[in-house]
Amino acid sequence: MASTSQHPLSKVDALILSMIGLAGFLGIWLAASMSGTVPRQFLPTPFEVLARATHLLTTPFAGATLPMHLARSLERYSYGVALAASIGVPLGLAMGLYRWLDDIMTPVFDGLRFIAPIAWVPFAALWFGTGIGGPIMIIFSGAFPPCLMNAYRGARFVDQRYIEAAQMLGTNSLRTITQVLLPACFPSIIAGLRVGAGLGWQSLVGAELIVASAGVGYMIVQGQSNISTPTVMAGMLAIGLVGLLIDVALRQIEARVRRARGLA
Amino acid sequence: MSAIVFENVYRYFTRDGKSFPALDGIDLTVADKEVVALVGPSGCGKTTCLRLAAGFEVPTKGRVTVGGQPVNGPGPDRAVVFQQFALFPWKNVEDNIAFGLRNQGVSASTRFERVSAIIKLMGLEGYETAYPHQLSGGMQQRVAIARAYVLDPEALLMDEPFGALDAQTRIEMQEELVRIARVNPRTVLFITHAVDEAVYLADRVAVMTRRPGRVKEILDVRNVRNAERWNHHERIEDVMDLESFVHLRTHIWRSLREEKIAVAP
Repeated sequence: MASTSQHPLSKVDALILSMIGLAGFLGIWLAASMSGTVPRQFLPTPFEVLARATHLLTTPFAGATLPMHLARSLERYSYGVALAASIGVPLGLAMGLYRWLDDIMTPVFDGLRFIAPIAWVPFAALWFGTGIGGPIMIIFSGAFPPCLMNAYRGARFVDQRYIEAAQMLGTNSLRTITQVLLPACFPSIIAGLRVGAGLGWQSLVGAELIVASAGVGYMIVQGQSNISTPTVMAGMLAIGLVGLLIDVALRQIEARVRRARGLA
Repeated sequence: MSAIVFENVYRYFTRDGKSFPALDGIDLTVADKEVVALVGPSGCGKTTCLRLAAGFEVPTKGRVTVGGQPVNGPGPDRAVVFQQFALFPWKNVEDNIAFGLRNQGVSASTRFERVSAIIKLMGLEGYETAYPHQLSGGMQQRVAIARAYVLDPEALLMDEPFGALDAQTRIEMQEELVRIARVNPRTVLFITHAVDEAVYLADRVAVMTRRPGRVKEILDVRNVRNAERWNHHERIEDVMDLESFVHLRTHIWRSLREEKIAVAP
């Protein structure tokens, strides 16, 4: 990020610099694994990982190809994030609107939100099983807090001028919520969904530690028990790339929403 | 008849358990279809007066009535024009203006008629589908005034409506407001700290004391305006050059300055 006191970089310059960063990272990685200070199996080279990932695109490992594992992961992920959004956003808005609900819920969430999603793994498995319920609950626990908190802050600290304008225009409570409060909170709701979607994806591997069928997390666990480190890293690569795609897509949506409001 | 009447109004604020007087017995009447400008040193409570009339706040003592009815919460009979416009950024110009009429369940055809008429009156044609952030400050305030006017309110409450505008746009809007008031006169309470603006726009100017605010004096501009035929001058700068205008302005300036000096030691 260029600070305002520096000259802004051109797009080309920025691209070159990020290429240098990536090349440096890959170079150090390559040098470390080629140097022989660690056994090759502990740290495969980037080429081995890439070759393994390409191989896994078409060849099944642990019962499925990489795209099939990804598809199962994305399925669980979508359910988890959708659930987090559909509970977190309305609840957050209601807490922002009604002080008593805020007072009831906030102490609970203040305690719970510091517990990392992976800490729920044993209970998720016990309560919701290792099929689809458990992993969804873990993804949910990662995605839920940002969805809730941003909607809450949006509603709680909504610009009072809009509310007063609505009042003097004779707006009833229902229309004030649907026509004024919700649209006023929309940018913070979207921001919450973006952060929540990111944290939900981060929770994925934890969620899939307990599954016994398919998924990128499952593939990583299987790679580990087969001492196939390139497989583990191929899984990590897939998670990183898909996470990046999700983030880029949601940033685009958020930027579009903000531009439409004249906020950007 | 839709007069705004402040009857011996007191307003106290409490902070850290202590009580601070903001208004100290306001008595003021804005007669039907009259424009009263309220001027005063900053922090004197002029905005509080407007918020009491709007129903956003309640008096600690005394009462505020509009059209004979005590004010009980905000409502479309007392439309407010805010300094920072407070348009809904997610609605376009047309929908912002139509919003109050929708609340009242006005039929689509009547709504269209009234919104179109006010858009024409305010010179907003061609901007119907623009969003507030795409408009200049002056245009945004035109929309906010249109949004208030379209409700055909008993009283218009304007809280330093041109305070956020640049000097040129401000003059343009002042002339505009006089023009609209001729077409469609309303009972108006107008808050400002600009003395020129108060003298140019108001029928009467009420000068407030420093905090806690009281009405110090009320000047009748209307008589002077009629006697000196200000209306024969189209442009604000020509009116502001008139001796009668300068005289009134200077009088109010002195009155305000006394309040500032008194606060200094």
